[in-house]
Amino acid sequence: MKVLVPVKRVIDYNVKVRVKADGSGVDLANVKMSMNPFDEIAVEEAIRLKEAGKADEVIAVSIGVKQAQETLRTALAMGADRAILVVAADDVHTDIEPLAVAKILKGIVDAEEPGLVIAGKQAIDNDMNATGQMLAALTGWAQATFANKLDVDGDSATVTREVDGGLQTIKVKLPAIVTTDLRLNEPRYASLPNIMKAKKKPMEEKTPADYGVDVTPRLSIVSTSEPPTRQAGEMVGSVDELVSKLKERGAI
Amino acid sequence: MHFGLTDEQEMIVSTVRSFVEKEIYPHEAEVERTGKVPPEVAEAIKQKTIELGFYACNFPEEVGGAGLSHLDFALVERELGRGSMALNHFFGRPQNILMACEGEQKERYLLPAVRGEKMDALAMTEPDAGSDVRGMKCAAVRKGGDWVVNGSKHFISGAEHADFFIVFVATGVDDTPRGPKKRITCFLVDRGTPGFEVRPGYNSVSHKGYQNCILTFDDCRLSDAQVLGEVDGGFAVMNEWLYATRITVATMSVGRARRCFDYAVQYAAEREQFGQPIAKFQGVSFQIADMITEIDAADLLTLSSAWRLDQGLPANREIASAKLYASEMLARVTDATLQIHGGMGLMDDLPIERFWRDARVERIWDGTSEIQRHIISRELFRPLGA
Ligand SMILES: Cc1cc2nc3c(=O)[nH]c(=O)nc-3n(C[C@H](O)[C@H](O)[C@H](O)COP(=O)(O)OP(=O)(O)OC[C@H]3O[C@@H](n4cnc5c(N)ncnc54)[C@H](O)[C@@H]3O)c2cc1C
Repeated sequence: MKVLVPVKRVIDYNVKVRVKADGSGVDLANVKMSMNPFDEIAVEEAIRLKEAGKADEVIAVSIGVKQAQETLRTALAMGADRAILVVAADDVHTDIEPLAVAKILKGIVDAEEPGLVIAGKQAIDNDMNATGQMLAALTGWAQATFANKLDVDGDSATVTREVDGGLQTIKVKLPAIVTTDLRLNEPRYASLPNIMKAKKKPMEEKTPADYGVDVTPRLSIVSTSEPPTRQAGEMVGSVDELVSKLKERGAI
Repeated sequence: MHFGLTDEQEMIVSTVRSFVEKEIYPHEAEVERTGKVPPEVAEAIKQKTIELGFYACNFPEEVGGAGLSHLDFALVERELGRGSMALNHFFGRPQNILMACEGEQKERYLLPAVRGEKMDALAMTEPDAGSDVRGMKCAAVRKGGDWVVNGSKHFISGAEHADFFIVFVATGVDDTPRGPKKRITCFLVDRGTPGFEVRPGYNSVSHKGYQNCILTFDDCRLSDAQVLGEVDGGFAVMNEWLYATRITVATMSVGRARRCFDYAVQYAAEREQFGQPIAKFQGVSFQIADMITEIDAADLLTLSSAWRLDQGLPANREIASAKLYASEMLARVTDATLQIHGGMGLMDDLPIERFWRDARVERIWDGTSEIQRHIISRELFRPLGA
């Protein structure tokens, strides 16, 4: 079975995000970019399936700017077998919308016929939380989102999902789409030998046109603004003072 | 000319960076407080480093290392430099002088060191011989086909964890037109060899938990099989292999300076006095501007000296410049960071006072700043006969 893992190049989670002066989005020029953390979890899960003998090949795919090849190299260094880069934008500020991404992934799914697609539940840049679900709709495959645990057994998978108020376990028939939640696993570091090997692993380059997909945006961003700055705290001298202040504000 | 890192180098940097952040940083406060690395933490760091293929990555592939170039290795050490030296000692990087091992020495020392089964320490310095290495008094004399060693070494880093020691010992004196000159031989000495003892050293303000020890030799018998390189060839092996270790000090200084700098920028942007962030005061912001300029300069100087080694170009002067400049830059950057933090910078609630203390030793070990200046100026003037 092949496992397809879409990975997105996003602003590194440690970077303090700055809104561009014209409010059109976040400034991405010269900032550190990394693999979307949920996608790292997806790559890790796919590699574990391969190590457990349940998958034969792990294919990482990224759709975006040419620089996303760095993100794919990271996936290869973690242990993915090969990569597909779909160059869909020239400007690092261009974000390909979930529907276009899902359509391109559908094209790749048709060509590669994986038994499982493992994607991040959302990308930490715009938090859309949509691509996995849209791909499930386009392929007509089963979907198991927000996975906290994944067991593949023959032609089905048992997935424990993180839902409001607890965990839910479902069984889906393969092929299926799984999206990862934070607690599914802890991604490994790329080992030095794998880093050195990554360069030699195949990376195919494609365009949206190869899959007949138009990536022209359908959404327009009206404005982007910083979250309100937090008010400075107030130091209290004693527990009594704290209690009386809280009472004053009606908090207790 | 190209100043960017390759994809592999980027990945090496980001892997080591996250390793240091996740496996080293969380233990730093405890090491600082107790002056010790808990053995289980040491073992875990070592095992993870081995699993990741980074252990002894400075060694060639033929002997089980990763065969990194000097430049790649400098990048690894730059990231390690961010973390505690006491802890990253277990992200093992054995002394590359072990490549001088011959015959069965390879099985006994080189290969186990690369595999992480045995740890090494290197001993040159003595109470009466620091910068003047050749002035060493620890001496070996021939007796019944063996060598008998007497004397002592001090300031020996990593000795408490070492299974064997690479020790430089005087094995005779030559008369030269410029006066008597000691012959030096390098020996491999196993812990537990009769007559050889490892004693606790001094408490240093820099790098708590990265202890230094005193080694004593009291009629310690060593056979010829323990000689690394040639008898009387100690300086030859030293010059061939220890030449590059100054890059370690330089590159680690750069890594630590970058970590420290982030605190400075953050604090300057957030701390308010006189109704505005202190970064708005030119007295603060210009310090920050100078700091990053010096850090970048030290970084480039260091990486280019490593690159020169990879290209087979002369690098002695450049390495000395990198070691000198990076270690002095670190002193200025940590001092300025502390100043920007005001009184809080001195308190051990923040790691700033530690960076400041740790910086101090970088100008002393692996050849003091004065010795580096001596090397640099000698290279400049020797061709002119001055
Ligand atoms: C924490 C720590 C760990 C160490 N670990 C090791 C180790 O693992 N193995 C090891 O072998 N050594 C180790 N050393 C020793 C270190 O390399 C020496 O401290 C260093 O070489 C300086 O020697 P010294 O301390 O005896 O100073 P000295 O050589 O006595 O120097 C005193 C002062 O005189 C100056 N000076 C000396 N000669 C000259 C000159 N020709 N021109 C101008 N100025 C000069 C020096 O720059 C210095 O300012 C360690 C030292 C420390 C502090």
